[in-house]
Amino acid sequence: MHPAPSVIIFTTLSGLGFGLLFFLGLGLPNVSGWIALVFFVIAFALAIGGLLASTFHLGHPERAWKAFSQWKTSWLSREGWCAVTALLVMALYAFGVVFLDQRWRLIGWCGALASVLTVFTTSMIYTQLKTIPRWNMKLTPALFISFSLAGGALLAGQTAIAQPLLLIAALVQILYWHLGDKAFAKSKTNMGTATGLGADHTIRAFEPPHTGTNYLLREFVHVVGRKHAEKLRVISFVLAFALPIVLLVVPFHHAFALLAVLSHMGGVALSRWLFFAQAEHVVGLYYGKR
Amino acid sequence: MTQLPESTDRKMGLVIDLDTCVGCHACVISCKGWNTENYGAPLSDQDAYGGNPSGTFLNRVHSYEVQPAQGHAQLIHFPKSCLHCEDAPCVTVCPTGASYKRVEDGIVFVNESDCIGCGLCAWSCPYGAREMDMAEGVMKKCTLCVDRIYNENLPEVDRVPSCVRTCPAGARHFGDLGDPDSDVSKLVAERGGMDLMPEMGTKPVNKYLPPRPKDQIDDQIDILAPLLAPVAEDPKGFLAWLDKTLEKL
Repeated sequence: MHPAPSVIIFTTLSGLGFGLLFFLGLGLPNVSGWIALVFFVIAFALAIGGLLASTFHLGHPERAWKAFSQWKTSWLSREGWCAVTALLVMALYAFGVVFLDQRWRLIGWCGALASVLTVFTTSMIYTQLKTIPRWNMKLTPALFISFSLAGGALLAGQTAIAQPLLLIAALVQILYWHLGDKAFAKSKTNMGTATGLGADHTIRAFEPPHTGTNYLLREFVHVVGRKHAEKLRVISFVLAFALPIVLLVVPFHHAFALLAVLSHMGGVALSRWLFFAQAEHVVGLYYGKR
Repeated sequence: MTQLPESTDRKMGLVIDLDTCVGCHACVISCKGWNTENYGAPLSDQDAYGGNPSGTFLNRVHSYEVQPAQGHAQLIHFPKSCLHCEDAPCVTVCPTGASYKRVEDGIVFVNESDCIGCGLCAWSCPYGAREMDMAEGVMKKCTLCVDRIYNENLPEVDRVPSCVRTCPAGARHFGDLGDPDSDVSKLVAERGGMDLMPEMGTKPVNKYLPPRPKDQIDDQIDILAPLLAPVAEDPKGFLAWLDKTLEKL
């Protein structure tokens, strides 16, 4: 799949933003007034910034409001509802914490739940697609949610919770790469089933339908970026998990905490780039490529 | 709404004969010609006369080489357009309701004034049947030439999709695949029509007729061959001399 910057920025930033909102909704850290305001501003900036970035790839962003209509079948529509609900509920909760020094527990918990549900619905947009076997796995929602919660704990300054959550997210990431690499073969879709012309190994794409490129090849058949995938996986893993965990273990310093957050964000963004660049769409089979 | 209908009154679709298709791409051109100037937004081209041309098409013809276990390799031309699936994933993923499947004839449409151009329907289609128009920013797809098939201003012979009307080889057929007595349904039954990527669970309406097995030419060309006088097996004259000389070298 084409790793469009808009979707990478969207899933990375809003994942972190809703992760932070989750912990703020649970009252972690237990702050109020100006300090709370700073935390909420960061969380809302990440969540809303990510959502806005996702509209950049739309052909008609001015019609985006219509996306709220099809929640019965469409995960993208459900994501819109969850995101707006989470943001509104958390805005109400934030108002109480920042200006009235009131912690409306129930509202906070509802906001936290809606924040996790938003990340879940985002992941389901990708998970539901049978056409992309690497995404069509139960582990995809686990990947998105574990990343979001680990990053949220890190941003919320919850060192004790962040360490195990980073470790869990790291394990999910390794398992996701391991299973993802086998997913296409496991899907049993090949040139044989795509064309119905017999066993896979007896068919060869002789001539493409067009001499130039087209939307399908640009959007679904992204081969170039996979060249350095293995090296990028290592870099992403070190940045997202290894370095932050080390920085959390050493004696606390504000510079270390900031470095841990920045390193984690960079690592997650790189992991998301790989999430798209390494995903292979079955339509590539018709072109004899993947 | 993007909820799929439980069933449709008819299942209009195409039957494509892979045995007959000659790979001329006439259906591609006639499709583009008709659909760029009728229903919905035009099918735009980008850099059409430049170094990197690209454009929106609703129908494309691939070509494959198949090497059967026995016999010669075959070249098979493979037209591909929307299969108007019964369980169309492109419809259910649509967040705005722009994508829908009609109850009366089963055609899958995009309401272009509701389409936000998110591209998720194209992601969900295993067949690459949907293409985003780069000029208009909306998703384009085959409508089975809805503005031809019910158009009483056209002579009856023209009330079929443009690709079907154009095909010089008669490799494309149009009809109701939900009616077991229709010509297309009989054709599918007779020739063993198949689904593309059945494992995707999309239940395509369009069917493909597999290429017929080719005749095998064995060693013996004709039953009378052994009775014919053999053609000069031993060279004579100059050729005999040349043969011997070359042997000696």
